[in-house]
Amino acid sequence: MTNSSPATKADATKLEQESRNATKAQLAEFWYYFSQNKGAVIGLVVFALLVFMAVFAPLIAPHDPDFQYRDSFLVPPVWQDGGKVAFLLGTDAVGRDILSRLIFGAQFSLFIGVVVVTIALTGGIVIGLVAGYMRGTVDTFIMRVMDVILAFPSLLLALVLVAILGPGLMNAMIAIAIVLQPHFVRLTRAAVLAERSRDYVIAAKVAGAGHLRLMFKTILPNCLAPLIVQATLSFSNAILDAAALGFLGMGAQPPTPEWGTMLAEAREFILRAWWVVTFPGLAILITVLAINLVGDGLRDALDPKLKRS
Amino acid sequence: MADDIILKVRDLHRVYDIKGGMFKKASQLTAVKGVNLDVERGKTLAVVGESGCGKSTLARMLTMIDAQTSGTIEIDGLPIDISKTGISREMRQKVQIVFQNPYGSLNPRQKIGHVLEEPLLLNTDMPAAERKDLALQMLEKVGLQPEHYGRFPHMFSGGQRQRIAIARAIMMKPKLLVLDEPVSALDLSVQAQILNLLKDLQDEMGLTYVFISHDLSVVRYLADKVMVMYFGEVVEYGTRDEVFENPQHDYTKTLFAATPNADVESIRKRLAAKAA
Amino acid sequence: MSLLEIRNLRVEFDTAKGPFRALDGVDYTVDQGEVLAIVGESGSGKSVAMLATMGLLPDSATVTADKMEFEGLDLRTLSAKERRKVIGRDISMIFQEPIASLNPCFTVGFQLGETLKAHTGLKGKQVKDRVLELMHAVGLPKPEERFNAFPHQMSGGQCQRVMIAMAIACKPKLLIADEPTTALDVTIQKQILDLLVKLQQESGMGLIMITHDMGVVAETADRVIVQYKGRKMEEADVLSLFESPQNPYTRALLSALPENAKGDRLPTVSDFAQAGGF
Repeated sequence: MTNSSPATKADATKLEQESRNATKAQLAEFWYYFSQNKGAVIGLVVFALLVFMAVFAPLIAPHDPDFQYRDSFLVPPVWQDGGKVAFLLGTDAVGRDILSRLIFGAQFSLFIGVVVVTIALTGGIVIGLVAGYMRGTVDTFIMRVMDVILAFPSLLLALVLVAILGPGLMNAMIAIAIVLQPHFVRLTRAAVLAERSRDYVIAAKVAGAGHLRLMFKTILPNCLAPLIVQATLSFSNAILDAAALGFLGMGAQPPTPEWGTMLAEAREFILRAWWVVTFPGLAILITVLAINLVGDGLRDALDPKLKRS
Repeated sequence: MADDIILKVRDLHRVYDIKGGMFKKASQLTAVKGVNLDVERGKTLAVVGESGCGKSTLARMLTMIDAQTSGTIEIDGLPIDISKTGISREMRQKVQIVFQNPYGSLNPRQKIGHVLEEPLLLNTDMPAAERKDLALQMLEKVGLQPEHYGRFPHMFSGGQRQRIAIARAIMMKPKLLVLDEPVSALDLSVQAQILNLLKDLQDEMGLTYVFISHDLSVVRYLADKVMVMYFGEVVEYGTRDEVFENPQHDYTKTLFAATPNADVESIRKRLAAKAA
Repeated sequence: MSLLEIRNLRVEFDTAKGPFRALDGVDYTVDQGEVLAIVGESGSGKSVAMLATMGLLPDSATVTADKMEFEGLDLRTLSAKERRKVIGRDISMIFQEPIASLNPCFTVGFQLGETLKAHTGLKGKQVKDRVLELMHAVGLPKPEERFNAFPHQMSGGQCQRVMIAMAIACKPKLLIADEPTTALDVTIQKQILDLLVKLQQESGMGLIMITHDMGVVAETADRVIVQYKGRKMEEADVLSLFESPQNPYTRALLSALPENAKGDRLPTVSDFAQAGGF
């Protein structure tokens, strides 16, 4: 350095501070728009409770989810005649505590959501980026394959896949991920198409960025907003589909306390014991609703930012 | 002096293929037709024309974003033909570009420091500390503060963003800078600041500019040589004074006549004509 | 009586960072047959003022004024329905992006006809005749062919001509042009400006030109209002503004024009801001 460097050591910390402030300001702005949406905040709280419940299930649950109390078959919830204080939400046909099973079921639901979205998102982003960035024959080929997948009724396709792979939670998750993936591919591709001709991409190209850098470091971060929203919505979709597969006997196998499987087991008692079906159903409903509300809030918070910059 | 030509373009063509559809035949569009030009080191060539005249296509070829269909480009003695030879690091360090829209030319998710360091990271083996030093120096040079290093583009005004874009373009000390309407998206007062900055940088670093613009008053202020393009062809090419004092082509004359006059004399004339 | 009279106009926007005052106590008057130019840079509130007058601002904006009258009609108390009656017939507006201002799904002839039908009693053949007449008046070549053209089949300049035709369709008393030529090439800009001034002189309507371009001001205006950050800096007739600008900001703007460059460097507004203290 011939001329005096403006970055003396004393400045270095200040610069670091300034850089952190900028990041913080972005987060603060994001939170401002997110918190404007009351429903989203409620959804977030519910979702946080759910995560808490799943993580600390062994500590919270009053009973072992698989233990069968031989003296208490189909005990109604505590506020009904014949209810027992030990079983707050009652027991099922083989005497297992429903509350404990629901709490442990949250683990499965969140696990399903995380795994499915991770598989679908990663695959969808890579395939979508390639399609949108390369255009031409590659793009056409990829998109036609995705169109074929989308043309199947999603649950039917998942069923076929499970039938091929064999029933079980893991296979069900893979099947759901494959069914959800085309949505991510399309979304990524559309975002990439809009971004790839922007000046900053060309500027990076002129600066010498290679294809991989352009795709993953320059373009991808600017396409994330709609993907994050879609990922949240797919999270709830995955839970719903997994429950459906479980209900059809193609997902998690009994005695796993998975919500959909619980519903399936309770099918024959719908008329006699309303609680065995209502509570797992409610659990699914509340979870899916909470996540969808969060997704809406994310859309509000992320979209105007896209327009502004 | 005539030997010190930094940019030499001969018979440059660019043809775009327009894809045919189911009912439409494929056709071709010639965006640039046989352009010849020479620019001396440290001078400014202004390329003037209206939208669709091929001036941006020319800029894209000079900066190696697109390949030419035929013809030769030579920058600082280095022949440029990316469809045949590809782009080398050496070629990149010769020429850079500044875009018109400062709101679109910076990556919204990239902090300013990284914007400035990216060209160095990609083209040199400089260590990180040195890159940072250079970036901070460059910020100062274009009239920004060191604390801007860690901020995001959306925290800046249009003029400041254009300063950042200019800083990014000169990070690698290019010989030639292509400016694609760098001030037309800016407010008048900011425009003056950016033009001043460009002049200062040219004096300081010996930069050569190819300045693309539709605004004749800016061209007159900045250019040494002027080239007027119309439908892909060069209709007028000469020194600034030649072109402005004595335009030859009809189109150039129309262009001059259409440019609004903001001097008191012409306002008087207009008001008198209106009263009559 | 003036055509449009606005006293002490204030506009505030609610934003993430608290209220933002876009316009702070500005007066406007326009007389019949007058061309008023409102000039300023981005953030000066020049467009906001006229959008507020037209009632076209979003809900996040609060508009207050001591007086806001069009031909003696109080615009502040007008209901949305009454306002619609005035706007489009007596006051009309053209915008910067002509292609975006037209509906891409319908032919220009149809869109012009709709405007006519909405505000006049014309029917059937009469509408088409009047549309062709209007297209001719704004200098669109071959109106019969253009009648069935879609907006994307025409150039930006032609679309702006259609917008002007639409704006003058009901013989408005006041035309507001918001940066009508910014998106156009210089040669087209000249034609559009000439057309606007010609139409204004023929019909004797009031014309408000909102622009950032001093050249456009010099070519069209009778009277000029210079705005900066939501405040009025100077109001003068066009000749005295260019001849002897009173306000330091106006002086700064004029000397920042590259054609007025003296010596090697352009003076910038900030040079004047320190000296003039605005």
